Amino acid sequence: MRYLVLLHGTRMFEAPPGLMEGIVQLGEDATRSGALLDTAGLAPSVAGATVTLTAGELTVLDGPFTESKELISYALYDVRTKQEAVEWASRFLRLHRDHAPGWEGTAQILKVFGPEDFAPPVSTDAATEPSS
Amino acid sequence: MTTQESPDTVRRTVEAVWRIESARLVAHLYRLTHDVGHAEELAQDALVAALEHWPRTGVPPNPGGWLLTTARNRAVDAHRRRAVHDRALHTLHRQTPTTHDPIRDETDDRLDDPVRDDLLRLLFTACHPTLPVEARVALTLRCLAGLTTAQIARAFLIGEPTTAQRIVRAKRTLAALAVPFAAPTPAQLPERLDAVLAVIYLIFNEGYSATAGDDWMRPELCAEALRLARLVAALLPDQPEALGLLALLELQASRTAARTAPDGTPVLLADQDRTRWDRLLVRRGLAALADAERVARTGRPLGPYTLQAAIAACHARAPSVQDTDWTRIATLYGALADLTASPVVELNRAVALGMAHGPQAGLAAVEPLLTTRALAGYPDLHAVHGDLLDRAGRTAEARSAFARAAALTANSRRRALFADRARPPADT
Repeated sequence: MRYLVLLHGTRMFEAPPGLMEGIVQLGEDATRSGALLDTAGLAPSVAGATVTLTAGELTVLDGPFTESKELISYALYDVRTKQEAVEWASRFLRLHRDHAPGWEGTAQILKVFGPEDFAPPVSTDAATEPSS
Repeated sequence: MTTQESPDTVRRTVEAVWRIESARLVAHLYRLTHDVGHAEELAQDALVAALEHWPRTGVPPNPGGWLLTTARNRAVDAHRRRAVHDRALHTLHRQTPTTHDPIRDETDDRLDDPVRDDLLRLLFTACHPTLPVEARVALTLRCLAGLTTAQIARAFLIGEPTTAQRIVRAKRTLAALAVPFAAPTPAQLPERLDAVLAVIYLIFNEGYSATAGDDWMRPELCAEALRLARLVAALLPDQPEALGLLALLELQASRTAARTAPDGTPVLLADQDRTRWDRLLVRRGLAALADAERVARTGRPLGPYTLQAAIAACHARAPSVQDTDWTRIATLYGALADLTASPVVELNRAVALGMAHGPQAGLAAVEPLLTTRALAGYPDLHAVHGDLLDRAGRTAEARSAFARAAALTANSRRRALFADRARPPADT
C-alpha cells in the first residue's frame, strides 16, 4: 500500500547541525528497505501558484501563499500497514525534535488508492503472456 | 510520545517497528552471535518484551534502539547463564570488530557500512545453497521481511507446523554444517547471488500466480518480493542481475491492476488496458533496467533477469500491442533461449517473430517445438500454433490446434476460450 506523507511546517533558514545528516541517513534506510519510493523538498510558495475554480471562474494566483505553515516536503512510501507509514513519519519528526528545538510541524499521512481498494477476486493467470 | 496510545495502537506500532527493524536487528544479532537461529530467537524475545512493556510504559522515544538494546542485553544474559565462552561474547564486550575474522574486517573497512554488511551476510546465509529451496524461502521471509511463521504458512497455503518445522530444520542445518559466518568471496559471489535472486523471484511468482479465493497474504508476497529485490539491489548496486531482477519485478508488478478483470478472469497482456499500468512502477523498472545495463560489463552477455526485464520494458514502453518493438523482443528471447535452453522461451520467441515478421516466421519457429518432449502436454504450444495457423489462413488446421489446446488445459476459463476457437464459425 502506498502512503503520501506531506510535511507542513515553518521554514528554517539554515538546517541546524545534525538535522540534514539525520534526514539523509533516514532516507537511505527507508530507500534501502524498499519502503521509500520517492521524496523531495518543496520550494517556498513564492515559486509556485494556485489555480482556483469558483462559480465557473478560473483564477490564477501566484505565490507566496499566506499560510503560517507551508508544505515543505513530500514522501511516497510503499508499506504494508498505515502504522508503518506513521512510524517512518514519526522518525522524520523525531529528527526535527532532536536537532531543531522549537521547530513545529505536521506530517499528514494520506493513503494512495491502489489495486487493493478496488480488488477483484484474484485469479489464476496460467496463460503464457508474450513476455515472461 | 504524547500520542494517545490504546493497547491496540501500541500493538500496531510494535508491529510496524518490527517490520521496519527486524532485518537489521536479526542481521546485527547474527554478527554478535554468529548463529542465525540464535539471532532470530533473540530478536523474537525483544519483540515479545516490547509487546509486554510498551502498552504499560508507552512507546519509547527510539523504538528501534529499544529493541536492539533489549536483544543485546538478552544475548549477554543468555551467554552468562550458559557460561559459554565463545567468540560471540568476545565480540559483544569489545564492541568493535576484532581480528579473528579477516574477511569481515576487510569488508567493514572497505565499505565503512556495517549495517549493509550485516544485512548481506544474513541474506546470503538465509539463502544458503545447502538448504532446501522451501527452507530458504521461509527463512528469508522470516529473517529479512519480518513475516511471522503464521503469515508465511498462509501465504504458501501450508500448515503452520510445517512452516515452523522448515524454519527450525533450516536453522539446525546451518548450525550443523557450521556454515561459516562470512560473506561470499568474490569467486563465490555469482553462484551465491543466483541463489538469493532465485528465492526472491520464487516468492514473487508465488504471489503473482495466486488464484481466486486465495488468502490475501498470497498477493502480498509480490510486495514482499519487490521490497526484498529493492533491498538486494541497494546492497549490491554493482551487480547487474540484482538490478535486472529488480527491474523485472517492478515492471511485472506495474501490471497488477490490469491483469485481472472485475469478474476475476485473467487478462492477457495483449488485452490489458494499458492506462491501468502503474506508471510509477514502470518508471522505476525502466530506471533499474538502465542501471543493470550500465553496470553489466561490456562484452559480457546480459543475464536472464536483465533480459526478461528488457523484454518487459519493450511492452512497458509500447502504447499498444501493434506498436510494440517485436523485432527487439524476438532478439531478446533469442538471447534468453541461448542462456536457458528453455522450450517455453523458444515458444515466446516464436510469438514475437510472428508479431514482428508475420505468421510464416512464427510458424517456422513453432514447428520444431511440436515434437519437443518437454512441451508435450503444454496447452499454450497448441494455442500459439493455432493462432499463427489462423493468421496464415490455414483455418481448419488452426481449429484442430485449438482443440488440442482445449483438451490439454485444466483451467476451465481457458478451456472455454480455446474450445471457442476450435469450433467452425456459425452459419450466418
